[in-house]
Amino acid sequence: MLLTLLLDFYYGIVGAGIGAGLVAIGAGIGIGKIGASAMEAMARQPEASGKVQTAMLIIAALIEVIALFGVVICFLISQQTPPAV
Amino acid sequence: MLRKIIVLLLIFVGFSGTSMAFSGEEGESESFNTGEMIMEHISDAHEWHLWNGHYGTLPLPVILYSQQNGIVAFLSSKFEHGHASYQGYKMEEGHIVAEDGHSFIDFSITKNVAQLMFNVVLMFVVFFTAAKGYKKREGRAPKGLQSLLEPIIIFVRDEIVKPNIGKNYNKYLPYFLTLFFFIWFGNLIGLMPGAANLTGNIAITCVLAVITLVLTMFSSNKHYWKHIFWPPGVPVPIKFIIVPIEIIGILTKPFSLMIRLFVAITAGHIVLLSLMFMTFIFASWGVGIGSSLVVLFINIIEILVATIQAYVFTLFSSMYIGMAMEEHH
Repeated sequence: MLLTLLLDFYYGIVGAGIGAGLVAIGAGIGIGKIGASAMEAMARQPEASGKVQTAMLIIAALIEVIALFGVVICFLISQQTPPAV
Repeated sequence: MLRKIIVLLLIFVGFSGTSMAFSGEEGESESFNTGEMIMEHISDAHEWHLWNGHYGTLPLPVILYSQQNGIVAFLSSKFEHGHASYQGYKMEEGHIVAEDGHSFIDFSITKNVAQLMFNVVLMFVVFFTAAKGYKKREGRAPKGLQSLLEPIIIFVRDEIVKPNIGKNYNKYLPYFLTLFFFIWFGNLIGLMPGAANLTGNIAITCVLAVITLVLTMFSSNKHYWKHIFWPPGVPVPIKFIIVPIEIIGILTKPFSLMIRLFVAITAGHIVLLSLMFMTFIFASWGVGIGSSLVVLFINIIEILVATIQAYVFTLFSSMYIGMAMEEHH
């Protein structure tokens, strides 16, 4: 009984870590795609590179927030004290 | 110019590093709890902890209202960091509770409230100075603070408000300018060493989002409501699915504004502090130098994020309000 409870809690921490990792993968793919398209757009139209860069940064910031969700949730779960048994 | 900026940045980061180091050293003698330290830095408190030692903590006023005691006001130093009780109240894990268990309303000036007031005073000073400059140098080139603020104000007007709100934008411009500069100043001051985490507080972002929601409601026209309750051009069975989604959508828009700003700023602080605390976890010089360099890099990114988050919050607010007052086409 006691062991299962402890195990459950630490599974939760492991899950938080894995979840944060998955979020990081997703955000990485997203930012990578933005970067790739922005590079392509700048190469095709070098005169519009300023505008492309601004838009790229804004969208990258939006995706970064999603990656940061992972950080916050991982942090909050790792801060939980184990349930008193 | 570039050299000046680099020197300033180094001083800034070095100072923030040492101030964290000083606040970290005490815990190291026992077991160094990173999570607790980070939580202390990002959460609200009844005292303003600047550095360790006798004079390092600024006590802030506690104001409580309850039906039986009326208004009770005293300094938080009366609690002696949670070791003593005063006038029937005591501190428990950073929260004030009544010893006899009666309920009360807490109007205390906490760290975040003090920071909010500081932010407001700073904004008043900065913008009244700039406004005075326009009166004094009417029709001539801007100077000093004016030349710093004018491009930003024009950017907010021409890039954010005008394209989204449309022809009636002058009525809404004061709100968006206030919003942008409030969030921007809050984010930037929050990055300073010793400052409170103002815009990383969910209550503050909630209030900002609610103001946007209220403004959206007040500026909405009948087309907006028609699109929500009876979307044209959609078959009737599908309307039963779409209408609830649209109604929830009214609330999810400000909710996403609230969460986005809160998470971006809080997580930025958590990342910065975690990297800084690596030094104390490993207790080595090499890690210290390495993490200082990484923290310098992240700090610069955080300055960028502070600006982008202010921009994004203003942009999305103006988009939501603009959508609500869009004319039929």
